[in-house]
Amino acid sequence: MIEIDKISKIFRSLDGDDVIALEDVSLKIELSEFVSIVGPSGCGKSTLLRLVAGLSEPTEGRVMIDGNEMKEPRQDIGMVFQAPTLLPWANILKNVLFPLKVLHRITTDSDDQARELLKLVGLEEFENKMPSELSGGMQQRAAICRALITEPKILLMDEPFGALDALTREEMGLELQRIWTERPTTIVFVTHSVPEAVLLSDKVCVMSARPGCVKEIIEIPLPRPRSYSQETEQKFQRLSHRIRGHIFENQKSGGRSDAA
Amino acid sequence: MQRRLKRVWHNIRGGVLPLTAIILLGLLWEGSVHFFSIPVYLLPAPSVIWVDFIGNVDLVYGHTMATVSTILGGFLLSIVISFPLAMMIASSAVIANTLYPLLVLTQSIPKVALAPILVVSMGAGEGPRVIVTFLVAFFPLVTSLATGLMAVPKDLVELSRSYKSTWWQQMWLIRLPWSVPFLFNGLKLSITFAVVGATVGEFVAADKGLGYQIMAATSFFNTPVAFGALVILSLLGIVLFQSVAILEKVLFPWSSPQE
Repeated sequence: MIEIDKISKIFRSLDGDDVIALEDVSLKIELSEFVSIVGPSGCGKSTLLRLVAGLSEPTEGRVMIDGNEMKEPRQDIGMVFQAPTLLPWANILKNVLFPLKVLHRITTDSDDQARELLKLVGLEEFENKMPSELSGGMQQRAAICRALITEPKILLMDEPFGALDALTREEMGLELQRIWTERPTTIVFVTHSVPEAVLLSDKVCVMSARPGCVKEIIEIPLPRPRSYSQETEQKFQRLSHRIRGHIFENQKSGGRSDAA
Repeated sequence: MQRRLKRVWHNIRGGVLPLTAIILLGLLWEGSVHFFSIPVYLLPAPSVIWVDFIGNVDLVYGHTMATVSTILGGFLLSIVISFPLAMMIASSAVIANTLYPLLVLTQSIPKVALAPILVVSMGAGEGPRVIVTFLVAFFPLVTSLATGLMAVPKDLVELSRSYKSTWWQQMWLIRLPWSVPFLFNGLKLSITFAVVGATVGEFVAADKGLGYQIMAATSFFNTPVAFGALVILSLLGIVLFQSVAILEKVLFPWSSPQE
């Protein structure tokens, strides 16, 4: 279980001003829960994710994972970024094995383990291909395998489908739902897409910008497995509407100074 | 038939056109020298240079090998010193800020002026020539490599940090492989500059080498020999540059630019 407890994060900018990236953010994420974080750019979504990953420390408050305060990166967390960031000199199989190599955890079973993951995402034919030979969606699938190879308890995803075209994006969303059903892990999923958040999540955490804070945490009680055909249903639309309302309201109140 | 001819032409065009230009230029040169009766010590005709070269082939070979060894010595020294320097620069902003002005300073020293001073302090052996070659050749290598080491996407570094990678792991598993295209860019510049550096070194302090040959020949107005050495130096530059390019293609096929 992840407990984000009254976290604030303040950055000192180059001209000496303090920038409040996050203010008093609290969020509880249960075991094997799928939680999305939605909000306008600059609301500190990625900062929050980096704090949960242990890559930076909060100015105030704390992150607790299974009752232990987060002080440094943990081995049971996997990360997926907006860009696949595969190693261009290594084939897909080696890319998936990369975390085990860093952790000195390569064993005789590792290759089979990686192949099993590639099969799970439909890349079993591509283990010897180089990243540049794969499409953007396939590269991102490989990146998901790389995150799963350490069998993490928690998967942190920072707009993982943000760089994909709209159709691939929908396909990948459904794919992630299937992977998550087959291998339940706790997922924290940062996204800009409201329908994507509603489709995938048990809980959506809506944030607002400047300073980044939680507007509302909305439960998504739609039955699973879900599909994009549900988007036309009233329940789906009511939830989307509510999320958009929070983001829109924030923009109207003049919180975004950079809005044209 | 016509289509096949077209394709053959397309394949050889890259070689044929510059070669034709060189041959035409050579003919123009040869013709002008004879037509205007230019004395041989001012501008020797290509045919004269060629005859002279064939006549002295053993001597020229010895000089060429001496220059090659100076070039490679300075080039290897550049590689050995550039790697740790670039890794230090890429690791810390403080080190980078300390080292860069010093590196730029080494580049602002005129190497021709430095060479005689080095001869005084190091003696007239291979030492000063290799040092001058190194000073000319290492700078593009350090800057390219440092740029490459720092060009790694932030996400990739974060990813490895999230697996608690050590400094050395980040270097070895991510930063160094990532900088391979930058490294070879630097090596190509470096080997080209090394030819210049070695020649400058030989101008000042040498009893062999193509640079020495040019100095010795011109002081006796033996211009054809000087021209011959000049041609070989140019060819040397091309051959060494291409060797580095081929090495990159063979060792790191993913790194070389796509055709």
